[in-house]
Amino acid sequence: MSAYVAPLRDMKFVMTELAGLDQLVSLPGCEEVSADLVDAILEEAGKLASGVLAPLNASGDKEGARWEQGEVKTAAGWSEAYRQYVEGGWSSLACEPEYGGQGLPKLVATAVMEMWKAANMAFSLCPMLTNGAIEALTLKGTDEQKAIYLPRMVSGEWTGTMNLTEPQAGSDLAAVRTRAEPQADGSYKIFGQKIFITYGEHDLTANIIHLVLARLPDAPEGVKGISLFVVPKFLVNADGSLGARNDVHCVSIEHKLGIHASPTAVLAFGDRGGAIGHLVGEANRGLEYMFIMMNEARFAVGMEGIALSERAYQQALAYAKDRVQGTELGVRGGPKVAIIHHPDVRRMLMSMKSQTEAMRALAYVVAGANDVAHRHPDPAQRAAKQAFVDLMIPVVKGWSTENATEIASTGIQIHGGMGYIEETGAAQHFRDARITSIYEGTTAIQANDLIGRKMAREQGLTMKAVIGLMRAVAAETGDLPNVEGPVIAAALGHGIDALERAAGYLVTTYGVDIKSAHVGSVPMLKLLGIVAGGWQMARSAVAAQRHLTDGDGDTAFYRAKLVTARFYADHILPQAAALAHTVVHGAPGALGLAEDQF
Amino acid sequence: MKVLVAIKRVVDYNVKIRAKADRRGVELANVRMSINPFDEIAVEEGVRLREAGLAREVIVVSCGTPACQEILRTGLATGADRALLVKTDLPLEPLGVAKLLHAVCIRESVGLVLLGKQAIDDDANQTGQMLAGLLGWAQGTFASSLNLSGGRAWVGREVDGGLETVELVLPAVVTADLRLNEPRFATLPNILKANHKPMATTSPEELGVDLRPRLTTLQVVEPPKRPGCTLVGDARQMATALKLAMGRGMPS
Repeated sequence: MSAYVAPLRDMKFVMTELAGLDQLVSLPGCEEVSADLVDAILEEAGKLASGVLAPLNASGDKEGARWEQGEVKTAAGWSEAYRQYVEGGWSSLACEPEYGGQGLPKLVATAVMEMWKAANMAFSLCPMLTNGAIEALTLKGTDEQKAIYLPRMVSGEWTGTMNLTEPQAGSDLAAVRTRAEPQADGSYKIFGQKIFITYGEHDLTANIIHLVLARLPDAPEGVKGISLFVVPKFLVNADGSLGARNDVHCVSIEHKLGIHASPTAVLAFGDRGGAIGHLVGEANRGLEYMFIMMNEARFAVGMEGIALSERAYQQALAYAKDRVQGTELGVRGGPKVAIIHHPDVRRMLMSMKSQTEAMRALAYVVAGANDVAHRHPDPAQRAAKQAFVDLMIPVVKGWSTENATEIASTGIQIHGGMGYIEETGAAQHFRDARITSIYEGTTAIQANDLIGRKMAREQGLTMKAVIGLMRAVAAETGDLPNVEGPVIAAALGHGIDALERAAGYLVTTYGVDIKSAHVGSVPMLKLLGIVAGGWQMARSAVAAQRHLTDGDGDTAFYRAKLVTARFYADHILPQAAALAHTVVHGAPGALGLAEDQF
Repeated sequence: MKVLVAIKRVVDYNVKIRAKADRRGVELANVRMSINPFDEIAVEEGVRLREAGLAREVIVVSCGTPACQEILRTGLATGADRALLVKTDLPLEPLGVAKLLHAVCIRESVGLVLLGKQAIDDDANQTGQMLAGLLGWAQGTFASSLNLSGGRAWVGREVDGGLETVELVLPAVVTADLRLNEPRFATLPNILKANHKPMATTSPEELGVDLRPRLTTLQVVEPPKRPGCTLVGDARQMATALKLAMGRGMPS
């Protein structure tokens, strides 16, 4: 078990120096978002994360959620923690003021979200899914639906779920079979079974609002025949009070590798005559609506990768400073030292730290761009930022989560044998992280999205623009008056070359040999992640040097930033060339065998 | 009744304190600062009094550089109604701060002053007592409980022999001990509201207080490092080692 302290210093650095916090104030609706206010918000969120959520992380993992006769009991402390979370008003942070939200920008919400997820990922999933449901209803709900559900979901009084998956419909949602039968009063009766429903049943709130994908009787086959319905656990009377129990029941919860305290429900709709639901938006457009929200949800899961990497790093760092083994290399007969003195432990810690900081930087930059894309008065600015966000969302999701598993694994490695023992707590981060590259679209799904919709469809236009920005930063970094600058610039330059090579190949190959292109899809996603991370670390180095030159403040922090950026340049960025090789040359080896040769 | 809560910006309790190389003080550059924990308890108590209808207004006051506005905002986010900064760059000593607070108390005609029993930086444990002396008011120090009724206050204190309750006639000065309450987490809406609450600034000159230091710090040094431990083979060797150590007058 380990403590969690929100990395406020790095968060604020990234928000201010890289993600444009200062410029947010000029956006409509963000006039109050001053640096001081953001400081205060992060401080208080950090207190709740460290003081309330983090201490329940290990006990929640050990105890797990329990299913008893259709009801789910959350782990000890969960209800009290949820009450504190809701009373603190945190559930409303980024929601629309019209429904009781605070309307804060996504950049602020992102830093706060990172804290919840790092402190206690299993807990954080409940508010995250509620946010998804809030967004769906805000975008497509009728005025009546909004009035009934939104204020109480924004306040956290009720939670929400997203019901997509069925046993035969996982990544392929076209196969959804849940039925919706129209009733005379305009409502629908829902029949079917949904699986993998996060917080689909729990004892934290009096009601749970399920959003459910289902087919109407006359719906066309495939993706164009799926509609979205709102199905509350308890029906809501006209006066807002809770009515009859709806016919949606939790049949069981899953036994999982990680996130044990997050109940993953199997929900049966309509076993006792039909669950009453109402159509959200227009018929047959459910999947399209899901895609609107998908960006948000994928981004949030990417943040889980970053959060768990940070937590695993903090845990490994504490152990490395505490665990005494062996003597310092090169010191004959010297005293026994903490393992942080050993070069390979250093290397492992730096690889965790540098990648976590790079991932955080990219994600926050995307969050800041997202705020501009949603709020800027100029449509051209909005469109340009949106294109950048769209390109990077699969990277934030896929790259950060694939890295998280590796980083959490390195965290175990630093612990040695003790890391393999559950009591240490290092293993939990690894187990919790493993789901993040699977749910909300596997890494392959992210990579398909990246090379297809985000690159090939527009002939790599946005990618070219981003590469231009990267080249400018590389040039600027090369001119820094320190030893790190030229090293970072050279490595970033080689990385950008590799990125350009691979992107050029994929854009030309996609239309002529789609299978070969897809062999390179995940390597392309990782390649873009690594180089984009290097781009942000180079920007960090430029900002750090500016502060060092100006002599205004925290020298130790800025020097550490430079060294961390250098580590990233020498240890992580060189992987770009290898990945580019695989993208360009990897298809024959992957596709060459006939099925019966396997 | 108006309640004044005095709060101090100190090195955060999580920070490992280091003495400056020139022995002139404690290293403060780039060190995380926050509200003195005992003062945080005092703010919470003030807000609870207002919530219970026993106080009309809670004013948080801090003396020092403009950076103190951070902790004043924290106080406002916890629920204080308005804030006052007594702006000064001069080094602050308990008597100087007590004089500043004295002037503020008179100006604001407050009925109760709450402070932490001491600040965790200098651990002087004097400001509250000096303030009560200057005002000529009753004082209840190290409060672990506080009850108000009919112009009187009952202050529970943890003393060596157990618990003691003192009865004070208001107006009075009460200093908070650790167990007086458990400060709440500021809620997000209150953090946002705090941005709109009034924050006034005054100065020692305006309050007519001469802050010139009266104390001279000779030097600030870190405590000696604890010597490492020695492993002994058996009980006999341990007894011998202990005798030797005690003979040398080593601390246990």
